[in-house]
Amino acid sequence: MFAIDLATLAGAHRDEVDRQMTVCNACRYCEGLCAVFPAMELRKTFAAGDLDYLANLCHNCGACYYDCQYAPPHEFGINVPVALADLREDTYAEYAWPRAVAPLFRVNGLFIALALVLAVAVFVAGFALMADSGALFRSGTEPGAFYRVMPHNTMVVLFGGAFLFAILSISVSVRRFWRAAGPMPVTVPSLWRAAKDAGSLRYLGGGGMGCNNTSERPDNRRRLYHHLTFYGFLLCLASTTTGTIFHYLLDWSAPYPWWTPVKIFGVLGGIGLVIGPLGLMREKVQRAEVISTGNKGLGAAFLWVLILLGGTGLLLTALRSTPVMGLLLAVHLGVVFAFFVTMPYGKFVHGLYRFAALMRHAHEHVAAHGKMPEPLKQPLPKTVTS
Amino acid sequence: MDDRGKAQYDVRTTLVNQYDVLIAGGGNAALSAAISAAKDGARVCIVEAAPKAWRGGNTRHTRNCRVAHDEGNGILTGPYPVEEYTEDLMRVTKGVTDVELAAITLERSKEVWDFLAENGVHFQPSLGGTLSLGRTNAFFMGGGRAMLNALYRTAEDLGVEIFYDTAVTDLQIEDGFFISATVTESWDTDASTPREIEARCFVAASGGFEANIEWLTEAWGPAAKNFLIRGTPYNTGGVLRLLMDRGIQTTGQPDQCHAVAVDGRAPKFDGGIVTRLDCVPFGIVVNAKAERFYDEGEDFWPKRYAIWGRLVAAQPEQVGHVIIDAKSIDLFMPSVFPPEKAETLEILAGRIGLDPTRLLDTVETFNAACIPGDFDHTVHDNCHTEGLEPPKSHWARPIETGPFYAYTLRPGITFTYMGVKVNRDARMVMENGTVSPNLFAAGEIMAGNILGQGYLAGIGMTIGTVFGRIAGTEAVRYVRN
Ligand SMILES: Cc1cc2nc3c(=O)[nH]c(=O)nc-3n(C[C@H](O)[C@H](O)[C@H](O)COP(=O)(O)OP(=O)(O)OC[C@H]3O[C@@H](n4cnc5c(N)ncnc54)[C@H](O)[C@@H]3O)c2cc1C
Ligand code: SF4
Ligand code: SF4
Repeated sequence: MFAIDLATLAGAHRDEVDRQMTVCNACRYCEGLCAVFPAMELRKTFAAGDLDYLANLCHNCGACYYDCQYAPPHEFGINVPVALADLREDTYAEYAWPRAVAPLFRVNGLFIALALVLAVAVFVAGFALMADSGALFRSGTEPGAFYRVMPHNTMVVLFGGAFLFAILSISVSVRRFWRAAGPMPVTVPSLWRAAKDAGSLRYLGGGGMGCNNTSERPDNRRRLYHHLTFYGFLLCLASTTTGTIFHYLLDWSAPYPWWTPVKIFGVLGGIGLVIGPLGLMREKVQRAEVISTGNKGLGAAFLWVLILLGGTGLLLTALRSTPVMGLLLAVHLGVVFAFFVTMPYGKFVHGLYRFAALMRHAHEHVAAHGKMPEPLKQPLPKTVTS
Repeated sequence: MDDRGKAQYDVRTTLVNQYDVLIAGGGNAALSAAISAAKDGARVCIVEAAPKAWRGGNTRHTRNCRVAHDEGNGILTGPYPVEEYTEDLMRVTKGVTDVELAAITLERSKEVWDFLAENGVHFQPSLGGTLSLGRTNAFFMGGGRAMLNALYRTAEDLGVEIFYDTAVTDLQIEDGFFISATVTESWDTDASTPREIEARCFVAASGGFEANIEWLTEAWGPAAKNFLIRGTPYNTGGVLRLLMDRGIQTTGQPDQCHAVAVDGRAPKFDGGIVTRLDCVPFGIVVNAKAERFYDEGEDFWPKRYAIWGRLVAAQPEQVGHVIIDAKSIDLFMPSVFPPEKAETLEILAGRIGLDPTRLLDTVETFNAACIPGDFDHTVHDNCHTEGLEPPKSHWARPIETGPFYAYTLRPGITFTYMGVKVNRDARMVMENGTVSPNLFAAGEIMAGNILGQGYLAGIGMTIGTVFGRIAGTEAVRYVRN
């Protein structure tokens, strides 16, 4: 039942995007705002995979709604940000692997909340029941203190397993998404281009004027918060990676003193991972009703995971010499574990689909036009008069 | 911006009914005037007949403005000197223009980019399919509505007061001297509430009368009821009529307008750019009697599309049908409405309400007259007809490969040219030749001074911006003295 519902819904959303893109293709006024419109112009008709691709190319900046002369109340009812967002959320379920778990996207808030609660509960209980029953209320600053609470190898097996499964699942999904829009080689230039465009959030800027999140007055807050989140996340990743290197190559166990890269990356990343998602949450609340979709759960659930991830990590660092270290570690590890498990079945995947879409865009644009357009610099006024 | 403007806003704490400058309209011309006047420190209000969601008249539908410049700037691909612009204008108007005002417009078009950029408008390279305009026309990033949003933000920040859903419904003018205006909120409902606003000057920036079918009927006869209005339904010429009644001189003929052939399924109003059809040169066009009536291949489409509005308007029921075959269906910009499609011409004729035998007859005669050549739609090729009246001079290929397609054409009116006569200060000129001290006009309502006939893509916005700025500045100069 569920699966059929999803399919009809996706069909309806695709039809709507198809309808709107046909109007846009005859209009083209928004061509300079982002990648979606130039990509759309390369097609005269839109197959399902094309539409899914366009939906994932959109950064949801809202500019093309406020700039559109056919936006409601016009009878054409063009609202590209909403049409693409609706379809985009369908695509996450559509390409999810294994297929049976697709419905998790429909009840994503509940799924992620359950995963969090369960994982944290299991870790806390596990710690409490461990042979060394004092584990839960242990403090520790000396080398190896964390691993007396939870043996390092157990940690590696558990987390490595969850992580590898997530990678596998996401890889299969992205591959299916990629193929749906037709064969296209993966090249170094298009990879590099996509990395630059994603890394700078080039298309979250309404063509340079800013993101129209709240009204026809654009600003760049969403881009700022997203940068904090994304680079915070990367720093946390860097912290974990250097930690692993320290552990295996230098034979140096956690916890580490404050001046090590593990700690500096971790603390900075943690701060980004708390402030960024909080800001994005605020922007979500303030988003104009006309460009909001019905399904707000997906993004919110993911933001909460990130905040908990960053927040518990920071707390752990701050309070590691107190007796709550053990409890905090259990909670933090629970959150990390839940994050890994839910990664393929939540908003996390948006980044990968987006990246794949940007790569396709870079490749096909160069194939059609010879080169990618550089971000526009507005020639500034020469004569400043009234 | 200087500080005088700021000081003024603080004075206006409560809703006053007194302004330095009252502006009728909410499009590009109105905002250019408002921003210029407010930057010079005036207390300005804008009275816009449309509700906020529909603000900005025909400006909502625009995409570019034609500006003179001595060198390219990274977005504009090369120089477009005033001299070349002048030649272009003279060619399309066949000299029917006020030479002094035309010279001012083109000279000051050089400042338009900077003025708009300073006030928040961004630009983009010419859009796909409009490469020929990349050198001459500055395209607004995100189109006309994005441009309007930027100007409205600037105007709001400058303290300009904006009344939406409020029309200027009467003007108190004595011997060409403006005293006050009656403005009516919710004017098209039963709850309408008229009130009087006094101001030292009045700027008419309320567009043409293209949405006023009655008025169009006066000029065009009953055919006008079948016209589609490409832009806003709010440009009904109310202010123009009031001004004419108060003794302001008009310029231009009431039947002069920019009219193109648009898809017959377009909405009555606000169909905008997407209803245009670029397929005429690729097929034949027949009227309701299934007869051809004009050379479809006379010239490249961008050079000819503005005559087809009139051509179709002159046909029975004001309708035309483009008939094309499978060879040509992919050669033009996609259109927003799918064409009628059928395996045979008989079935196609039935679908679009034409007599099948007559259509077959017309197509066969056309096919027989086609001289084979090397078809190339990017040049004036040698595919033409011989012994056919009217001929098809280029791109003539027999219509024989099914499936066959049909698009219906109707006249789509962009804007009217007749307006009020102004002088170089944007001041209105009275019937008796005197110049009003405090009545100004900008935009479509005075574009006829410069465009007596013909049209040059992108000059509408340029006229509005140039004369909007002049009107704003001159109004403040008047207020000061
Ligand atoms: C589909 C389309 C595409 C176009 N594209 C271009 C282009 O790319 N480049 C170009 O240069 N030109 C273009 N034009 C022409 C261009 O739109 C006009 O030249 C330009 O918008 C005129 O500006 P304006 O401010 O004078 O009038 P408008 O923008 O039409 O504004 C008139 C305003 O007056 C208001 N109004 C009317 N009556 C009253 C009243 N009684 N009281 C108060 N307010 C009133 C209306 O609501 C409206 O806001 C296009 C026109 C159309 C229809
Ligand atoms: S969103 Fe609106 S203005 Fe932009 S391209 Fe589409 S139809 Fe045109
Ligand atoms: S990125 Fe912005 S401008 Fe582009 S389609 Fe999405 S909402 Fe519209």
